[in-house]
Amino acid sequence: MIQYALRRLATSVIVILGVSVITFVLLHGMAGSPGRAILGVQASPGAVAAFEHEHGYDRSIVVQYLSYLAHLLHGDLGYSYKLNQSVNALVAENAGRTALLSAVALVLAIGIAVPLGVFQAVKRGGIGDTVLTTLTFVAYSMPVFLLAMLLIQVFAMGLGVLPAQASQSSSAFVIFTDPRAMLLPVLTLTGVTVALFSRYQRSAALDQLAQDYITVARSKGLSMRMVLTRHLLRNACAPLVTLIGMSIPLLLAGNLVVESVFNYPGLGLLFFNALNNQDYPVLLGYTLIAATLTVLGNLVADLLVAVTDPRTRRA
Amino acid sequence: MTESATDRTTAPTAPDEPGTRPPGRTRGGRLTLREFTRNRLAVLGGGIIVFFVLFCFVGPHLYVTEQISVDPVNSMLPPGAGHPLGTDAQGFDVLGRIMKGGQASLQIGLLAALIATAIGTLYGTVAGLAGGLLDAVMMRVVDTLLSIPFLFIVLIIATRFSSTVLSLSLTLGAFSWLAPARLVRAEVLALRSRGFVAAATVMGATKARIIVRHLIPNALGVVIVNITFQVADAIIAVSLLGFLGFGLNYPAVEWGTQLSKGVSSLLDGSWWLIYPVGGCLVAVVMAFNFVGDALRDSIDVRLRRR
Repeated sequence: MIQYALRRLATSVIVILGVSVITFVLLHGMAGSPGRAILGVQASPGAVAAFEHEHGYDRSIVVQYLSYLAHLLHGDLGYSYKLNQSVNALVAENAGRTALLSAVALVLAIGIAVPLGVFQAVKRGGIGDTVLTTLTFVAYSMPVFLLAMLLIQVFAMGLGVLPAQASQSSSAFVIFTDPRAMLLPVLTLTGVTVALFSRYQRSAALDQLAQDYITVARSKGLSMRMVLTRHLLRNACAPLVTLIGMSIPLLLAGNLVVESVFNYPGLGLLFFNALNNQDYPVLLGYTLIAATLTVLGNLVADLLVAVTDPRTRRA
Repeated sequence: MTESATDRTTAPTAPDEPGTRPPGRTRGGRLTLREFTRNRLAVLGGGIIVFFVLFCFVGPHLYVTEQISVDPVNSMLPPGAGHPLGTDAQGFDVLGRIMKGGQASLQIGLLAALIATAIGTLYGTVAGLAGGLLDAVMMRVVDTLLSIPFLFIVLIIATRFSSTVLSLSLTLGAFSWLAPARLVRAEVLALRSRGFVAAATVMGATKARIIVRHLIPNALGVVIVNITFQVADAIIAVSLLGFLGFGLNYPAVEWGTQLSKGVSSLLDGSWWLIYPVGGCLVAVVMAFNFVGDALRDSIDVRLRRR
């Protein structure tokens, strides 16, 4: 087990290094002249050259990458000239709100999708299953922003009970202090995640329902409820562990869209603004963080699966 | 097991004579078709796709509207005579705009899916067939690219290049071949240990021939199913790009850009700028997902009703 964990950890480190190379080279190739981008079109070529020399942008790309990597290893993500702040400070300022939004949505989504999927599987083919499957299919086929727009239309415009914009408070705990303003962003993110999870949960539960141990448990005289909560749920949740690990990039993408729709100040909105400002250090920094989270998510999911299911360890 | 004469199992038996089709193959194909048409959702999905292709590509020839020069006098008209779905802030007829936007969305979706599938199929086949160190390196490259969130990388690239149908398709395709590459590799790994590959090798077939004539045709089922899902995903992805402001440049339009223009109208109650185009988008994506699900079930022999 320890050997497996170490091997997975080593590949994860290599993958993260690979991501840093790819994103760096890609952004370097696209950014054009950073001096020009920062000083503007009016700046003289001499001033641009002097700026680039001063900040080391005239060195070869390999040297620049190595110095970037050295900074990274010291925990320094770079400096945003556009916002005149270090990327670290920008991330630290916004990460809490994004983390809380995602965490609340993820927990809600799991809490809804697991019972929903099991219910659909048990009532397979019934009216409840058909309606729910159709609804999740529609939500699954819908871009995040469209769901957000529908929710705004219904709750903010139609019923007028919720604000159409997220709270602009800079506190990370705004989700608790001003829950009304946070309801729509959380609902949107939860909705798309539930649509994805419950589809998998339904088919996982269907697979498990057909297994012999369910029949055995039933024929022992256990009630259906007992069988579902004690036997089925645990086995049907194993694929969900992997799915949650894999859903991190989707959650981050969802965050990006939700934050820009509801104007919720977080990492997603920071990234969106950086796209419009061509603020490459911020783009590079957040992409790296997102990729690292993705790799960590997969790693944790694999290790959890290995702990709970010894059969996968040899793979 | 007489019914095992399906496309997947019989296609390899006579791949060396392209002129003569083995009888089992057509039967397998017909079986697949029968299974497909039995699934009502799949037929519905196929119908929706055909409808929207006609609607977007033939529609503008029957329902001719001005979609290049703005018409400020007739802007923001609610649905009524002359404009069945009203007009937008520039005075464009919304129904005609949906047709025009749909053209671009469908083109990008299909092109991106084809690009992704072509790269992925080739990459996966080579990796699966090569095995050993090359396979390990190739798959670590896939792992690495897969860890960069798709939307992030696509957005970064989309901000840099001028957005045309081709450039958006290339951007989306260039970063969505990873899933098909993994699928095809797994399929090739399963296939290459089969007897017919060994037989072909014994007969002196080259590696390239084995890839093109034996492995790819057999992995085709998985590939085709994947294409439909890729189209659905690409249409959603391009709508996200459009919505965030990195879609096609004016006067071209695709559904995402059209929706992002409509957001401000949501607040003043001009629903006709949102719901019709939003409904079309969801319907098309759902249709491709329906067809994908059904194809997967009909290609999988084990799920077949005998």
